[in-house]
Amino acid sequence: MRNHYSAWSLLRGAIAGHRNWTAAWRDATPKPAYDVIVVGGGGHGLATAYYLAKNHRITNVAVIERGWIGGGNTGRNTTIVRSNYLYPASARLYDFSLKLYEKLSLELNFNIMLSQRGLVLLAHSRHDLDSMSRWTNALRMNGIDADLLTASQVAALLPGLDMSPRARIPVLGALTQPRAGTARHDAVAWGYARAASLLGVDIIQNCEVRGFALRDGRVVGVDTNLGPIRAERVAIAAAGHSSVLAELAGFRLPVTSYALQALVSEPLKPFLNTVVLSPGTGAYLSQSDKGELVIGAMLDLFPSYAQRGSFAITQSILAGVLVLFPAFSRLKMLRQWAGIVDVVQDSSPIIGRTPVPGLYINCGWGTGGFKGIPVGGWTLAHVLATGENHPLAEPFQLERFITGRLIDEAAASGIAH
Amino acid sequence: MSGSRLAPPFGTRIERSRPISFLFNGHVLAGLQGDTLASALLANGVRLVGRSFKLHRPRGIFSCGIEEPTGIVDLIDGSHRTPNVRATLAELHDGLAAQSVNCWPGVAFDVGSVNGWLAPLLPAGFYYKTFKWPTWRLFEPAVRRMAGLGRASLAADSDRYEEVSAQVDVLVIGGGIAGLCAATAAAEGGARTTLLCAGPVPGGTLGWRGDPAIAAKIAKAARAGVTIMTRTLAFGVYDHNLVCATEQLAGTATLPGALRERLWKFRARSIVSAQGATERPMIFPGNDRPGVMLAGAADKYAHAYGVACGRRVVIAANGDSAYRIAGSLRAVGMEVLAVLDRRPNSHIGAHAEGVRSLAHTAIGRVIGSSSVRGCIAVAADGHSTPPERLNCDLILSAGGYAPAVHLHSQAGGRLRWVKEASMFVPDGFAPGLVSVGACAGVFPQAIVAEHAEEVGRALALGFTVPAAPVGGLGRSLASSRLGTARGKQFIDLQNDVAVSDVGLAALENYRSVEHLKRYTTTGMATDQGKTSNVDALVLLGELTRREPAEVGTTKYRPPFAPVSFGALVGRRVGSLYRPLKRLAAVDWHAARGALFEHFGNWHRPAAYPLAGESLHDAAQREARSVRRSVGLFDGSPLGKIELWGPDAAQFLDLMYVGTMSTLAAGQARYGLLLNEHGVVVDDGIVARLGEGHFWVNTTSAGVERTAAAFEEWLQCEFTALKVLVTPVTSRFGNVTVCGPKAWEAMAAVGFDAALAPNSMRHMTIRESAFGALPLRVLRASFTGELSYEINLPVEQTGEMLERLWPAVTGRGGCVYGIEALEILRTEKGYIHVGTDTDGTTLPGDIGFARALDGKRANFVGRRSLLRPAARDPQRLQLVALAPADGRTLLPTGAQVADGVPPTRAEGHVTSSYWSPELEAPVALAMLARGSERLGARICVQHLGRRIDAVVVKAPFVDPLGERLHG
Amino acid sequence: MMRIPCILCGERDESEFTCGGTAHLVRPPLEASDREWAEYLFFRDNPKGVHLERWRHSYGCGQWFNIERHSVTHEISSVYAVTEPPPR
Repeated sequence: MRNHYSAWSLLRGAIAGHRNWTAAWRDATPKPAYDVIVVGGGGHGLATAYYLAKNHRITNVAVIERGWIGGGNTGRNTTIVRSNYLYPASARLYDFSLKLYEKLSLELNFNIMLSQRGLVLLAHSRHDLDSMSRWTNALRMNGIDADLLTASQVAALLPGLDMSPRARIPVLGALTQPRAGTARHDAVAWGYARAASLLGVDIIQNCEVRGFALRDGRVVGVDTNLGPIRAERVAIAAAGHSSVLAELAGFRLPVTSYALQALVSEPLKPFLNTVVLSPGTGAYLSQSDKGELVIGAMLDLFPSYAQRGSFAITQSILAGVLVLFPAFSRLKMLRQWAGIVDVVQDSSPIIGRTPVPGLYINCGWGTGGFKGIPVGGWTLAHVLATGENHPLAEPFQLERFITGRLIDEAAASGIAH
Repeated sequence: MSGSRLAPPFGTRIERSRPISFLFNGHVLAGLQGDTLASALLANGVRLVGRSFKLHRPRGIFSCGIEEPTGIVDLIDGSHRTPNVRATLAELHDGLAAQSVNCWPGVAFDVGSVNGWLAPLLPAGFYYKTFKWPTWRLFEPAVRRMAGLGRASLAADSDRYEEVSAQVDVLVIGGGIAGLCAATAAAEGGARTTLLCAGPVPGGTLGWRGDPAIAAKIAKAARAGVTIMTRTLAFGVYDHNLVCATEQLAGTATLPGALRERLWKFRARSIVSAQGATERPMIFPGNDRPGVMLAGAADKYAHAYGVACGRRVVIAANGDSAYRIAGSLRAVGMEVLAVLDRRPNSHIGAHAEGVRSLAHTAIGRVIGSSSVRGCIAVAADGHSTPPERLNCDLILSAGGYAPAVHLHSQAGGRLRWVKEASMFVPDGFAPGLVSVGACAGVFPQAIVAEHAEEVGRALALGFTVPAAPVGGLGRSLASSRLGTARGKQFIDLQNDVAVSDVGLAALENYRSVEHLKRYTTTGMATDQGKTSNVDALVLLGELTRREPAEVGTTKYRPPFAPVSFGALVGRRVGSLYRPLKRLAAVDWHAARGALFEHFGNWHRPAAYPLAGESLHDAAQREARSVRRSVGLFDGSPLGKIELWGPDAAQFLDLMYVGTMSTLAAGQARYGLLLNEHGVVVDDGIVARLGEGHFWVNTTSAGVERTAAAFEEWLQCEFTALKVLVTPVTSRFGNVTVCGPKAWEAMAAVGFDAALAPNSMRHMTIRESAFGALPLRVLRASFTGELSYEINLPVEQTGEMLERLWPAVTGRGGCVYGIEALEILRTEKGYIHVGTDTDGTTLPGDIGFARALDGKRANFVGRRSLLRPAARDPQRLQLVALAPADGRTLLPTGAQVADGVPPTRAEGHVTSSYWSPELEAPVALAMLARGSERLGARICVQHLGRRIDAVVVKAPFVDPLGERLHG
Repeated sequence: MMRIPCILCGERDESEFTCGGTAHLVRPPLEASDREWAEYLFFRDNPKGVHLERWRHSYGCGQWFNIERHSVTHEISSVYAVTEPPPR
């Protein structure tokens, strides 16, 4: 039971000088062939492998990762989880994900530090209040916890927020989802990796796909820097790099890649105990269990695969934060980075078949991929194992771009997701 | 209390005649002008400055610069607090008040230090393995109480920040000998050159050592025309040679409201990085105790600040620099007990006169807990010589150097590992950036100067830049630690990452350097790993049998050092954050008692409440006045675009749903603007002023995007069309007179009789005049009443309102705001794009299905309306709703659904008001299959409340539209 | 932050511009199939490498123009009018 994590095992470790631990996951060398290959060792790819093994007993699975697992957007986001989605299809998808998150630490035996400290979405005008009224009611119709907060309730929750009536960006109230919050992003990747590895999944790092092997138009494997690896079913879970892989397989996606920035402050004694989103400024922030303010905002609005982000955007993100919280001017930015997000027109994911038989995809999460990791893995595993779309994923097919049946949360709510 | 001020002449930075008093944790202490907080604390013998992040171990000053991991304090001035300041960078001034961070109740007795006893239970990543059952929420509050270092102030900052952009030919970053030489040569070569120096004075190491040659170098640079900026730290290199830097302005004084920091954005043709190198610490048991510090730092405290950090010194060495520093410390009168050199004799290339040196020897243990009282020297092989106790009070680390390759890496440069000196150096040049001096791995002073000058000259004159002559450090081992050592040895002093933690990470397969960082948190402290990263990756390499080059570094990203939010944002705060637009007649409205609110980016009257009236009451009264007599409205924000050109009519047919080319001059027509997805994005009125001249009204919020859409389609798709688009919103004011007595009021003040309703019809436009004032008068209505929109030169808006005012009030009318307008248009069933529609609404959903038939042009968005989704019978369609009981207001945002949640909603209420005309609630809603459900009874739900409603026929008021015509 | 070479004004900071996405899209006629229409509206090459895209000098002269830009290094290798064919 050396692999079981608990307070007791930690105590035993302390006695043994912590020399008794084993690898959290096994680094595998690729076998010539697998039942399923998952391209992309981020949260979605690792979750897919885990659920293939756990839900469908398919354990002859390889997850191949170009760099190090969890090194893409899984390790670059602002760790927010929530399911306050307007449309029934989205609400079902994201709430299923949140419910999986709620059980994940115990299921994976790895503390992902899910912290359901609630989310506060600020209303900056009476028009916003009306929008949030619609949103709150829609969420309740969808069976999701949501409520409206008054301005004084918001002020009590968010010390330092400029509540003066003369504020440039006034705050009139808010929508709250109490079950929303944050989770430790790296832990999600590592937890899935460890659990998948224990079930027999091969995790192969530093393995780059250079092409797809096709036979009669069907996918039969991948060619990598470590040589060819064969499988009749292959899945792509590569977020911002989805288009690059699709091109290798000979098709295009309705995806454009953008840099999405985030930054953290130096660690401070905690004072901000909820996640704050401000649609008026585009800023969102929370304070981590380490004390750092974790801040994110809008995309760099030009196509990019550079994980650095434009300085102009960094400035406007922070301007949005300071106009809301004028007291924060002497806090310091400690780290800043960007992830490459796969943006589709309606900001909703694509989970299912591709034009190449045998090749499946999970992409298009855009700026919201982290919260969708459990359900992304669950539904992609389902279609890989059964050949049928999971009912939750049925509305999220590539075909919707042809029929026009987009699921456009941002457009409906007037608030970017 | 072992530190103290040295006797003169030592202390090149301090002015002994100018004492300063300051507060540390409430104690009044004395320092000197020129001190940093760190040097003053050390001069006062203060060793214990703060507590470490996780284990709350005692921490002192470790370095003398930007790399400081442990000497972290909060500075307090007045009501404001600056958290997490490095004491080594804080310039001392009278009245400075500093407080230790991360300790309670105090730094000496800190309850959190109990964590130190629990350390065996708290290895790297312990929290991933426990606190799962029953839920993390149970444990999290306790963990959060322990988190963080300094405290954030929650009061607004009264200080100011600003931003300056500058363009230079050559930007040199670093004010030491390398930077000065490069900058001087560049300027002499004719390049506009700026040199950024992070500290208060240029000169670098030679400067604080008091080398007379450096003053001459600085003077020479100035003569050559180099702009030298001090207290300016370059923190990032961004795309296309943008260098961002912050200049500290309130470093030595704090008057409230002062300009505190200035952000510089330099565009440089060429960048020279001359940021030097950071000394690498030695890894040994107890290496985190206050009294252990970097050797170069102790040297600088002695020579620059005249402070002896200890009296009896032991230097732990992994490089030849230890011997030079030993000599330098002896020269100021400090006793150097021994240099314990980790390296074998064969590697040692220097010696110090009169100093005992032991090769192949290391520190096996440190004696003392909150301050060093001695150490045990042990043979590196563990047996060749017996352990020896040395009664030192200061232990210095001379572990070799880590060149500051940050900016080189940020600019996209690669690194290579130099095995001899065990350091990463730039591999060639980065695009647009050349490194010189220690940050390029070049150390001997003469070679540094020569190379830097050649680089400066080459950049100015466009010659080939010479490669860096890397070397001059002698030999250092990659690892500064003994594999046999026992006890806690720290890598990251702030985050308490020990050798054992790196070992655990390696054991558990967190072997990528990025996994190591994330799992152990090494390098994630506020020093960003400046003192820990190289040691961590070398150790990881040792444990996983890889060379440091193979392990690699984590990605270097801006900022090089933490930068304040204030400096990054500059003046984009408060009212200068996306400044609001104000009406030209704002004073007139204020004088009429306007209640202003934000509508999009406009500051506009929502209503004009009389004494004792609420917004709601005022809007009801105003709307009633409009229906009964006349109202006056400032519609100036309404979007106005003029289109000119022979193809303007054809172009408008391509942009709008509705045919505009058939308009005769003087006629106007309603138009819906779609995007290419078929979604309604704006609406407005298009009026034809002449054959090739149109007047387009858009929504107030939509004018910028409409004008932008016109330009994009013209320039990128319909490139053959000859059309000129001129947005004129800010040129024209719009005074709207509206209501049954609108014309009466206008006639009374002398408007041209040709505008009378019997000669000027609804939906027409006239060029007219009021005295000498040219007008464009449009008869269009958002209220359903007789309405004149008088467009006039914007600066005349207030005057026109004032002229009409007596005629309006004399007829029982008033001025009305947005809220009344919303009531009036809802009574008429008119949509407000963005309120009743959203980003999914198609024209067919709001009753414009027929407008598409019979039109030939392939207008924007048309093809998208032919997709299956657009023809779905289940689409939401605009309807009018009334409460079944005739009294209950249907809340905006209420969902239409019969069942108990969770259930499927069929739509939602988009606009809802109390109608003063009907004395009953009126509402608009989007409802599935709405157009077929007239008369249907439905249920709307709002926050658990259920209200029955009926789908009714719009408009609620004046169904035949007779009032439009006066 | 990039420097963008406006075809009329010369180099200016990125913040003066708006990116309009992939250049050289061909707008299909009304008769196009749903699939052709979707290709035009949504489907993109999205290359990791050189990208031909259009930008507008929004806070300047207002001109639209095309550039050839690398999506990783952000290096801009050519600038040309919207009506001109792609370089090479």
